[in-house]
This record gives sequence, structure tokens and C-alpha cells, in this order.
Amino acid sequence: MIEIINLCKSFGDHKVLDNLSFNIQTGETTVIIGRSGCGKSVLLKHIVGLLRPDSGQVIIDGVDTTKLNERGLNRFRMKFGMLFQSAALFDSLTIGENVGFALYEHSNMSRRDIAKRVKECLAMVGLHNIERLKPAELSGGMRKRVGLARAVCVNPQIILYDEPTTGVDPIMGDAVNELIVSLHDKLKITAIAVTHDMVSAYKIADRIAMLYRGKIIFSGTPEEVKNTEDPIVHQFITGASVGPITETETAEEALRKRNI
Amino acid sequence: MKRQITLIGNRFLNFVNYIGGTTMLFIRTVGWVAVPPIKKDHILAQMKKIGVDSLPIVFLTSLFTGIVLALQSAYQMQKLQAEMYIASLVALSMTRELGPVLTALVVAGRVGASITAELGTMRVTEQIDALETLATNPIKYLVVPRFLALLLMLPVLTIYADIIGIMGGYIVGVGRLGVSSAMYMRMTWEPLVYKDLFSGLIKAVCFAVIICIVACYEGMNAEAGAEGVGKSTTLAVVTSFILIITADCLITAIFYFAFQVR
Repeated sequence: MIEIINLCKSFGDHKVLDNLSFNIQTGETTVIIGRSGCGKSVLLKHIVGLLRPDSGQVIIDGVDTTKLNERGLNRFRMKFGMLFQSAALFDSLTIGENVGFALYEHSNMSRRDIAKRVKECLAMVGLHNIERLKPAELSGGMRKRVGLARAVCVNPQIILYDEPTTGVDPIMGDAVNELIVSLHDKLKITAIAVTHDMVSAYKIADRIAMLYRGKIIFSGTPEEVKNTEDPIVHQFITGASVGPITETETAEEALRKRNI
Repeated sequence: MKRQITLIGNRFLNFVNYIGGTTMLFIRTVGWVAVPPIKKDHILAQMKKIGVDSLPIVFLTSLFTGIVLALQSAYQMQKLQAEMYIASLVALSMTRELGPVLTALVVAGRVGASITAELGTMRVTEQIDALETLATNPIKYLVVPRFLALLLMLPVLTIYADIIGIMGGYIVGVGRLGVSSAMYMRMTWEPLVYKDLFSGLIKAVCFAVIICIVACYEGMNAEAGAEGVGKSTTLAVVTSFILIITADCLITAIFYFAFQVR
């Protein structure tokens, strides 16, 4: 289980996470939704330890990762797989080296075994015989799938997706969703996804949580989200341009202008 | 008035921040150098990129500098009929000063910029974050090989530049001013002592540290987008240039006053 307790993070004057508390159950796929720039990726980066909080704790299987030193954190990170928004493949390495990166760097496996494992992972995401290519030679959708293969290559217990469907066409987006669902069914791992694509969220989520103004304001099953009467969540999932979210933003904007 | 004070205050804070950041990066890099495994392939690849690929441009700059140095001094020396001293002048100025400084400036422009652009692009495309999530320290993986390669190759390039510069002087001295070849070589070797070469190499090592740490620091802290990477690259080159010139002045002064290496 992942427990996030009173997490606070500010960049300059901007408070991105404000006393955020939230639990993520083992084996579930949790989707965190919210507007662009509301701090979803920041939250994800705190979970994997890429960012350190100003205060608060992230407790994963009983260990507070915010207190770990670099070495401890690195050992912990082998439990994680992460798919980045832009896939973040290393463009100086081949696809094979990318997917097997963690194994080449941190395991005692022979090169032949690693190559075999890389092949398996690529097959899992529906790609074959591209080990020798460079990331620049692939399309956006393929890169995302390679990113996914790299994330699952170390047999992670927790997998994080940062906007898995952003930047790919709707058909490829659906394929990525299918892949996430099937990986989850096959590997039974805990997954946390961050997105503002509601189609994707409904498809992959066991639980959906909404991040708004630095806090989780709602958490429930996809059905509960669809039927919610919370005006903020309702405005977000229906994508209406008029509602409480935009009204507060307009009011704040006006206030800021007056102060200047 | 208040705004100006804020501005000055901010500048000062940024400066302190920069010094702190680069110093920390240097300390952490040195700390990671000794941690196994040492990636020979990575270091060799960087040595080729930094050292071997810089040979042509270092050749050109030092050859022409040697030629110009000889020609300019010939202007005065001919009046005194002392052309043969041009050899000593070229040899000493190349090994003690121009060899290390010119090479460092050329390498800062060529290699420093490329390091910043590469790491900066990796930063903004989240590749550095990806490295960390794959349990790999970016300093160990990216900075250490470049650091070691620069530390090894810049002194080598400096010696190469010294030799080529002396060759440039030889072309003018023997070819144009009528100094005999044997005399030119004698006048080159005679005043040269190990200390001259040594002080040049110490400079090269310091410049290597400056180029690597500034370039890597700027790259790893690049701001989002192509503009951010461009800005970091410019800053890295400008900062390295300033620091190289300043360090050169300081080291020369230290050697002059403290060790009396004249």
C-alpha cells in the first residue's frame, strides 16, 4: 500500500501540493485526474522520489521514502516502473539497450538472458525485431510502447503512468489503454496513472481520484465519478467551460490584477 | 529604488546559488568517480568525442597562433638582430600560457557547448528523470565519464597545442627569417624547463574541471523547451570563458609569487 500523508510542495510562491493525503491500495489501478498544471505529475514524481517534499511523508510498504538517502532510494526504485509523458527514451541508445537498461546496469544477468527478456517485454507491447533501431526512428505511439516495455522490464511491483495517452492518436491511445489493462491483468501490479483524458481514465481505472488546488477532493470508482454531484468533479469530467473551476480562476485572476 | 535593490539582491542570491550548485556538483562528481563500476566504454567514447575530434581545430588555432607570435615578435627582434630569440619566445609563451588557454577556450566552445546541449535536452525531455527512476545516478552515468575524459584529454590536447605552436614559429623563423634549423631548435629547448610545461599542465587540469562542471551544471539545470536549452548553452560557454581567463590569471599569479616559477 502507498500512503501519502500531509504532502506539501511549493515552487516559489506557488503552492502545488497543499497538505495532500491519499492512500493507494495494492493491486489497484488508481487514476489521478485534474487540470493541466495542477500538480499531477509533481505528485507522481514525489511517489517515485524524483522530488522531495517540503513536508509530509510518502510511505510505501511501511517505508517512508522521503527519509531515504540516495542509495536506499535507488534500491527502492527497482520496485518501480515509470512511463513518462514523452516516453523519455535515451536517444543515444538502441531500443534494445533502452528496454534492458536497468538490467544491464544493475543485474548480474548475462547479455543473452537480458536480450531474451528484452524480446519478451517488447512482444508484450506488440513490438518485434526493433531492438537495433534508435528511438528517433520510431513513431510517437511506438515510442510510448517501448517506454512501457522498459517500465515493465524489471518486473516492478508498482507502475506509474504519466499521461499515457497524451501525444498519440485516438486509436493508438486506445491501444495503449488496452495494453495497460492487459498488463495489469497479467502482472497484477499496483498502477498509478495521471491523466486528463477521461476516456482513458474510465477504461483503465479501478479508482479515480481528482486533484484540485493541491488536494485530493474526490476519490471513487469510475461509476461513482460518473454519477457524482460534486460540482467541481462534474465540471471536469463533462469538460464544461463554465462552472466552479473556471469561476474561481476568473475571480482569482481579477483579484491578482487589482493587487498589481 | 526598492525595485533596484530587489534586483541587486536577486542577482546576488542567484550568484551565491550558482557557486553553491557548481561546488556541490563538483564534490558529488569527485565522490562518484571512485564508486565502481567504472564504465571504460563510456569514458573511451567521451575521450574520442572530446579529445580526438578536437585535434583538427586545436591544430589550426595553435599553428596560426605560433605563426602570428613569431611574425609579431620578428617585427621588433629584427631591429635588434635578435631573430633567434623568437624561438625561445614562442616556446615559452606557448607552453606556459597560450597552449593551455587557447586549447581550453576552443574545447569550452566545442565540447562544453555540446555537453550542455546534450544534457539540457535530456533534462527537458525527462531522460534524466528516467535515468533516476531506473535506479541510475545521473552524475555517475552522465557527468563522471565526461569529467574523467576531459581531465585526461585536455592536458594531452595542451601538449599537442604546444608542439604545433612551436612548429608554427619554426615555419616563420626558419622559413622566412633565415634562422638555421639547428639554431631554432636549440633556442627552443634551451630556456624550456620542466616547470614551464608543468605549470601549463596544471592550468589544463583546472580548466578541464571548469569546462566540465559548468557545462554539466548548466545542462542539468536547463529550463524547459528549446529556448531553455539554448540559453543554458550560451551561459555555459560564456561562464566557462570568463572562469578560464580568471583562473588563468590567478594560477599564473600564484605560480609567480608563491612558487617563483619564472
